[in-house]
Amino acid sequence: MSNTQLFELLSEGLIDSIWIILGSSLVAYVFGFPLGVLITLTRKDGLYPKPVLSLGLNRGINVFRSIPFYILVVALMPLSRFVVGTSLGIKATIFSLSVGAIPFVARLVESALLEVDQDMIESVITMGATKLQIVTKVLFREALPQLVQGLSITMIMLVGYSAMAGLMGGGGLGDIAIRYGYYRYNYTIMYYALIILVVLVEFIQTTIGLIVKKIDKRN
Amino acid sequence: MIEIKGLSKTFKTANGTLLALDNVNLTLQAGELVGIIGMSGAGKTTLLRCLSLLERPDSGEISIDHLNLLAARDDRMREYRQKIGVVFQGNQLLKQRNVYNNIAFPLTLRNGKKENYDEKIKRLIALVGLSGKEYSYPSQLSGGQKQRVSIARALASEPDLLLLDEPTSALDSITTRAFLDLLKEIHQKTNATIVIITHELSVVEKVCEKVVVIDDGKFIEEGSVADIFNHPKHKTTRLLLGLED
Repeated sequence: MSNTQLFELLSEGLIDSIWIILGSSLVAYVFGFPLGVLITLTRKDGLYPKPVLSLGLNRGINVFRSIPFYILVVALMPLSRFVVGTSLGIKATIFSLSVGAIPFVARLVESALLEVDQDMIESVITMGATKLQIVTKVLFREALPQLVQGLSITMIMLVGYSAMAGLMGGGGLGDIAIRYGYYRYNYTIMYYALIILVVLVEFIQTTIGLIVKKIDKRN
Repeated sequence: MIEIKGLSKTFKTANGTLLALDNVNLTLQAGELVGIIGMSGAGKTTLLRCLSLLERPDSGEISIDHLNLLAARDDRMREYRQKIGVVFQGNQLLKQRNVYNNIAFPLTLRNGKKENYDEKIKRLIALVGLSGKEYSYPSQLSGGQKQRVSIARALASEPDLLLLDEPTSALDSITTRAFLDLLKEIHQKTNATIVIITHELSVVEKVCEKVVVIDDGKFIEEGSVADIFNHPKHKTTRLLLGLED
């Protein structure tokens, strides 16, 4: 393989990986964020206590979270064929990664929101805030640094999982590392893919870390 | 005029029911500055939570100018809460908002436009001596400064009743003195009734006109500070004053 081919292969892999990570983060947050808010608010000490709903949601999330990710991806394959029309490639990977990450995101959002001091919420209640105002003006605002930090954790987890999905022809750098490195003993390509993955993780961590530092006014 | 009539509150605990407030009565004139003192567990916190409408008493009435706040439906409740400003122990400022936005926060809850309250917030910031700190965040302030923000925030909605819960417990003696001076100044400039709930006698002695002693959920003595401090009748009062042990 010439250097040009190698470069093309790896840059395509990188672009695929980036799409997979951005796409699945987006979908996971679209569903996981509201779910996380819902499980926080419906807790028995929450703003809208709904014990039955809360129990149901928590059980569901725990069951989902206890399935090993690789198994989940395999189990989601038929569903993936049905929803996005294929069980191979980027689309299928985005589908299964998003579904797998929704409960994870929900828990991250929940833990970020729960860190907002209960006494602070009470003090805002005495000022005559509505529940909706407490959620939007206090909970989201005060938890913003942790929420953004959670995005970083999610994206890095998805880098790892996307590489695992590569094992099943899911596209991206993981796929390349497995196909060329593992099946064809082309270790050069594998190590290049590996280095790019490490750089990608570093990039996500540093960028979001800087954003968090900028918006975090707590110390 | 603020009236507290027959206020009682019980809590269920593992060891049975606890009577935290036992038929408490108190009448305060507008503009009075009153200290409520008592030892830990006397019912101070429960009283504060009832007065700040965070806890619903089992029975009784809290009224401002003959309007019973406890009889309100939930939607009126929010309106009534704005008649009461609370300075919490540990101040409870919003950490992600700067001084200006913390003080303006109660007003933003009512959809107020900035131009309507901007001048008032600036005046409050000047009143509590924090001009130039508008854009600082709570984490950049000292304990005394945070307490000043807290009191300015409580004053923003022009409350009829200003409640302070152990306002000086986290402050050193010099900061405490400055804070109490500020409190006196606020007392002169507004006609809010100010109630300080504390266990520190010196606070009551320095700023209050009237004092109420709470013990075991009951108000056991009330009167002018000079009277109560010079002629304590009740054993607990004497204990608090250090005249007995």
